[in-house]
Amino acid sequence: MNTFSKADKNTLLFVIIITMLAPFILNPFPEGSAMAQFNAGYPDLMQRFAIFGILAVGFNILFGLTGYLSFGHAAFLGVGSYSAVWMFKLLSMNIIPALILSVIIAGIFALVIGFISLRRSGIYFSILTLAFAQMSFSLAYSVLTPITNGETGLQITLNDPRILDGGTGAGNLPVTGLFGLEMRNTFTLDLGAWAFQFNVGYYICAIFLILAFYLSMRIFRSPFGLMLRAIKTNQTRLNYTGLNSRPYTLAAFVISGMYAGLAGGLMAAMDPLAGAERMQWTASGEIVLMTILGGAGTLLGPVLGAGFIKYFENIFSKINDNVLHTWFSILPDGLENAIVWVLHFFVGKGWHLTLGMLFMLVVIFLPGGLMEGADRIRARFGRNKGKGEDTPNATNPAE
Amino acid sequence: MDQFLLQVLNGLDKGSAYALIALGLTLIFGTLGVVNFAHGALFMVGAFCAVSMQKIFEISKITIDATKTDFLGNPLKVKTPYVIEWFGESAGNAMINWSVPLAILLAIPVMLLVGYIMERGLIKHFYKRPHADQILVTFGLAIVIQEIVKASYGANPIPTPAPSQFVGSFDFGVLLGMDPNAVIYPYWRLIYFAFSAVIISAVFAFLRFTTFGMVVRAGMADRETVGLLGINIDRRFTLMFGAAAAVAGLAGVMYTPINSPNYHMGMDFLVLSFVVVVVGGMGSLPGAVLAGFMLGILESFASMNAVKEFFEMLYLPSIDQIIIYLVAIIVLLTRPRGLMGKAGVMEE
Repeated sequence: MNTFSKADKNTLLFVIIITMLAPFILNPFPEGSAMAQFNAGYPDLMQRFAIFGILAVGFNILFGLTGYLSFGHAAFLGVGSYSAVWMFKLLSMNIIPALILSVIIAGIFALVIGFISLRRSGIYFSILTLAFAQMSFSLAYSVLTPITNGETGLQITLNDPRILDGGTGAGNLPVTGLFGLEMRNTFTLDLGAWAFQFNVGYYICAIFLILAFYLSMRIFRSPFGLMLRAIKTNQTRLNYTGLNSRPYTLAAFVISGMYAGLAGGLMAAMDPLAGAERMQWTASGEIVLMTILGGAGTLLGPVLGAGFIKYFENIFSKINDNVLHTWFSILPDGLENAIVWVLHFFVGKGWHLTLGMLFMLVVIFLPGGLMEGADRIRARFGRNKGKGEDTPNATNPAE
Repeated sequence: MDQFLLQVLNGLDKGSAYALIALGLTLIFGTLGVVNFAHGALFMVGAFCAVSMQKIFEISKITIDATKTDFLGNPLKVKTPYVIEWFGESAGNAMINWSVPLAILLAIPVMLLVGYIMERGLIKHFYKRPHADQILVTFGLAIVIQEIVKASYGANPIPTPAPSQFVGSFDFGVLLGMDPNAVIYPYWRLIYFAFSAVIISAVFAFLRFTTFGMVVRAGMADRETVGLLGINIDRRFTLMFGAAAAVAGLAGVMYTPINSPNYHMGMDFLVLSFVVVVVGGMGSLPGAVLAGFMLGILESFASMNAVKEFFEMLYLPSIDQIIIYLVAIIVLLTRPRGLMGKAGVMEE
């Protein structure tokens, strides 16, 4: 523990506080008010924040530290989901064995794929992982239909064996749980006009996120992490010192694959189904986007990036032309229509366009992502290093 | 025998598309050293040039024909496409019928322009950045292009038929003295193959026999020295980028009658084209073409029933879906530089 500096401890504390108090922080607007649609404090979305946070943190261990850009991480996510659902079908609805299996299977997958892909570096590595991910997608989508249930996706059914707790759900599909604690249980706290929701599933995900974050912090600050950074800086020179870098990169690849497996397992634990589209390369692209947007190679960046993208995906998809019209109703009619017509392409179903543009802008102007942006702002207002500096930048994406 | 021949033919059209896209990718990589993840999007833009051409030709003037009424009793609205009004009945109809081949005329300037803007406006600033950044920014661009097309043309595939003269199939079997209908092959796919052969030869001839091509080849070998000789190599490379975009676009235009274009067709082809480039050898133009056709034919062989049954015994059903990836992995493990890659180029 002594390896952490004070700043690191503060970051960890910050993550713990944010994740634990997320139901409050993400719900700043009272129920029924016009701004209520910008609340993100409902279980489904909060779970996604945490799960994709884990995914991005794991991806960052590979990309941020070693510089190997994998375009196939969604494959591990999918593998994790499939193994978790199989565990729900065969063993029990308890999430612990499911998560353990999904991490192990994803790890084995990552070992095999990494062993082959890591023979090459640079662009070749990206293309190879991309090819592997597409191959896994095809396998899941059609070739291995007996295992993955093809297009329909893998679901739990009433007549699954479920050796440990079979026959419990009479007539109803059983729900996932942790020793009887159901994932979907939500406790609602009514405080005046606010309704804060505390969901069991979210807190499970949040605990895993904190653990994942802590582990990645340990890796970042360990000699192993330093070795990975050395690989990123100059692999050739490292090789000349007589050191074989491949075991290190392979270890990083497997670790980040296991993170993705955990995320996939959690996804299935929150909602017990798994589909092939989770493995498509656009999904891999999304993971890359999150990490880059937040700031690759930084500790906090990927978590923020994941939260940012998932939050705006949710909000932007909700905004439609009517909402836009009410926003700009003070303007003269012609101007209002013109603005709405332009914005129309960027909201609702056009969210991906916004995302693509945002991503390009970040890569072009801000290669370090949001974290670099925060640093630049801090440098601009150099002298007054108050506590207030850090928090607004960091919490912006989550709110 | 007839089965064999049929599969070779079936593989050719897909192989042509792979070869054309891979050729453009290799051209860009060889000249500018950039991996263009937006190349599939360029293929798609080409395909939508054909869609646009069709839409342009179908813009109609609405006249009210008072002599006839529709089923509600209102005067009937008659749509006359402007092309028919301007060029007369037969010429106008012929233009609508031939909209896909005519779209080539639209696609060439559009694609050259798109390629030029893309290189000057974006890629230029990424030469000195790491490869990862180049991949990321072109990937972002691919998303943007794809979403713009989706916003303007909708998410559903748009049917773009081939000229009616080419609908139907050619009976190859009769030509070779086999039974009729043993080996039949759609005309348009034959044309697609011939077209891609022409384009590929044109690119090779251009690089081989013109001074411009010679300079470009010299630049591919050693950019710095060519620059030092007082040749503006950057401008030529920009033009080559435009040419590569045009090749991808033309491949897209002609592909539309085979598969109706939709906004994500580019992405579907892109991944496979990357595999083709890797198998052929990064930076090798003949390698890209060879690997494109080879993998296309291989894919169609793997979809043969006999082959499928054989692999099903090995617990690998529908091998055709993954055969390309398997081959790519084997090639990379045994011959890392690809089939025709030069020793030492991108071998690490």
